[in-house]
Amino acid sequence: MLHISTLHYLVLGAALFLLGVIGVLTRRNVVIVLMSIELILNAVNLNLVAFSRYWQGIHGPGALHGQVFAIFVITDAAAEAAVGLGILIAFFRNKETVNVDEVNLLKW
Amino acid sequence: MNPPVATPFFFYLLAATMIVGGILVITRKNAVHSAMALITTLLAQAGIYLMLYAPFVAGVQIILYAGGIMVLFLFVIMLINMERSVKERQFNKQWLVGIVAAAALGGLFIAVYTTTTKGKMLFPEGRMSFGEDQNTQAIASLLFDRHAGQYMFAFEIASLLLLVAIIGAVVMAKKRI
Amino acid sequence: MHDLILYIQSYLDSDRTPGGAGNLFWATVYILLVFAGLSVAVIAMNWLERKILAHMQVRLGPMRVGPHGLLQPIADAIKLLLKEDIIPAEADAIVFWVAPFIVVLAAFTVFVVVPFGPTHAITDMNIGILFMLGVSSLSVLGIVTAGWASNSHYPLIGALRSSAQMVSYEVAMGLAVVSVILMTSLNEQSTGTLSMIGIVQAQLSQGEWFVFKFFPLGLIGFFIFAVAMVAETNRAPFDLPEAESELTAGFHTEYSGFRWSLFFLAEYSAMIAVSSIAVTLWLGGWLRPFPNWLNGSTWELVFALFPGVTFLLLGVMCFYNTARMPKHPLFRIQTIGLAGFGAVLALIGLILFIPEVRVRVVDIYWFSAKVAAFMYMYIWYRGTFPRYRFDQLMKVGWKILLPMGLVLLIATAVLAMRTEVWVGIVVPLWQWFVGILHSLVSSL
Repeated sequence: MLHISTLHYLVLGAALFLLGVIGVLTRRNVVIVLMSIELILNAVNLNLVAFSRYWQGIHGPGALHGQVFAIFVITDAAAEAAVGLGILIAFFRNKETVNVDEVNLLKW
Repeated sequence: MNPPVATPFFFYLLAATMIVGGILVITRKNAVHSAMALITTLLAQAGIYLMLYAPFVAGVQIILYAGGIMVLFLFVIMLINMERSVKERQFNKQWLVGIVAAAALGGLFIAVYTTTTKGKMLFPEGRMSFGEDQNTQAIASLLFDRHAGQYMFAFEIASLLLLVAIIGAVVMAKKRI
Repeated sequence: MHDLILYIQSYLDSDRTPGGAGNLFWATVYILLVFAGLSVAVIAMNWLERKILAHMQVRLGPMRVGPHGLLQPIADAIKLLLKEDIIPAEADAIVFWVAPFIVVLAAFTVFVVVPFGPTHAITDMNIGILFMLGVSSLSVLGIVTAGWASNSHYPLIGALRSSAQMVSYEVAMGLAVVSVILMTSLNEQSTGTLSMIGIVQAQLSQGEWFVFKFFPLGLIGFFIFAVAMVAETNRAPFDLPEAESELTAGFHTEYSGFRWSLFFLAEYSAMIAVSSIAVTLWLGGWLRPFPNWLNGSTWELVFALFPGVTFLLLGVMCFYNTARMPKHPLFRIQTIGLAGFGAVLALIGLILFIPEVRVRVVDIYWFSAKVAAFMYMYIWYRGTFPRYRFDQLMKVGWKILLPMGLVLLIATAVLAMRTEVWVGIVVPLWQWFVGILHSLVSSL
């Protein structure tokens, strides 16, 4: 318990991932769903960077592939948040609601 | 070089901050409170990156995530009027299914962690003696070096992706196209 | 006890910052020193701003509270602490309470990497300048939440305008900073560095301050950063979001008493922080002026005497003003106070002539002197320039500073490339061109 190994970081990442999944699946407010998606992406990043540290221990100090991947994931998350919020604004202008289960124009 | 003595203390402190922040994000009625909790989680995550000897990723996390994406979220929360939604029902009709699905996923994680590493030592540490002196330079050589850089193409594609996202967000949010 | 003295002495001759040497005790001491110094600096800035603005407007400023108003900031602080703490009725109490703390946190955390000397910093992170830019962009969050939590129109509009302004000018600041990072890669080891101490050491080893490098480019970068940093901290002439005549104090309208003083503290600390960035990146940090032109041990001695001479001059000015005080019994306490203050300053000046003290303090002195020059420029701008309208402000940020920054970055990158990189680009291009010509000619 006292020596922090890679497993500790992976368990933390898994816990955050589960919290994000619960947020996406159970909340009605679109903005909070988007924030839960950001939680999921952060959990993934934590995994990547933890494994990059593990890989550095085996392959030397230049093996930073996990960190580079994490930077790309952060860039990607920024782009996705921007587009997602743009969609939210466009939808809110039409229907005046921010609840996910009222987005049901195609329901028969 | 030994790891710093206070590592377990800071790890558990930051991990607790992140978990509590995550729980607050998914349970608050008010979206601004959720956003503040998410900011706390992201800053604690930057601290965890520093503990993993990844200072550049920590810096990028603070600038982009906490200082950019969350500002965007707060702007949008303020621009759309969500006063009504605070008084409505907060959770879906299928919340039980959601929690069962997440629990199943958690069970899957536990099964993977325990079955694939039975017997041999879990995640051996290796020679963990590298500091953080040349971290930015090493990332730069992975990204940009002519002979050793493998991620140049991904970098260019990422900039194209950001261009597409900018145009998409502007078109989506315009009143009249 | 003897061990403690040995421990203190062993640190004072170290060659690394406390963070780099893993020394928790000295890092804590430095943190407390920086915190205390920053608070004193903010108080001094308050007094200086009122007096200098007053003298620029041909009036005297505060003169009553202490001799020449020297105790005015303390009176202001006591007043703010004793004011009633009002929270608007419909305001979101938690967010209202947290917002000033975010701004203060962002403004103070920046000072962890500010280099006052080659080993006089709290720590020297590998990503120093990135950390400073990132943490100072966290203050936007505090402003936005402050405006939102006040639940009132003026603060909301002021907060949105202020945060839009800060975000726009951060882009121009970032481009100017990146052009300097390119210049640091011209060292002998041919690796650039993001660490603040590394940037100043790059200026030392290349022998010129980056403001003069590649002649107009360093100056243009410095100019872009100097304009962007004034806009970033919401100071005149870019202070529309918090000007009293326009928006009744913008995002901190509903804050009173101690909470308002937190915003005020954060604003002045942010000013000092971005001035430290400008001094480190362009003006050579702790290096004395003319390190190459006026070198040699006599010039070193001359420049090392500057700290003591400065404080002695300040003491002499105090004594001169003591002599000019009205000779009336009601002014006796003020005259004695001013004479005492002058005596303290002169004493500090004399202490700074001692060689052991001088050698340790001269770096901190030059850094602080340059940052003080920037503070004077801030007050000068406030007294001189009219305010920008908000659309003019955004136009300057996006349509003038951003293109200038991009062109500056490309020009600096072109000039900072080394010969073998040029050869590596031009030769293949030439060969490709010749190959195409060859195939065209041979197909005829």
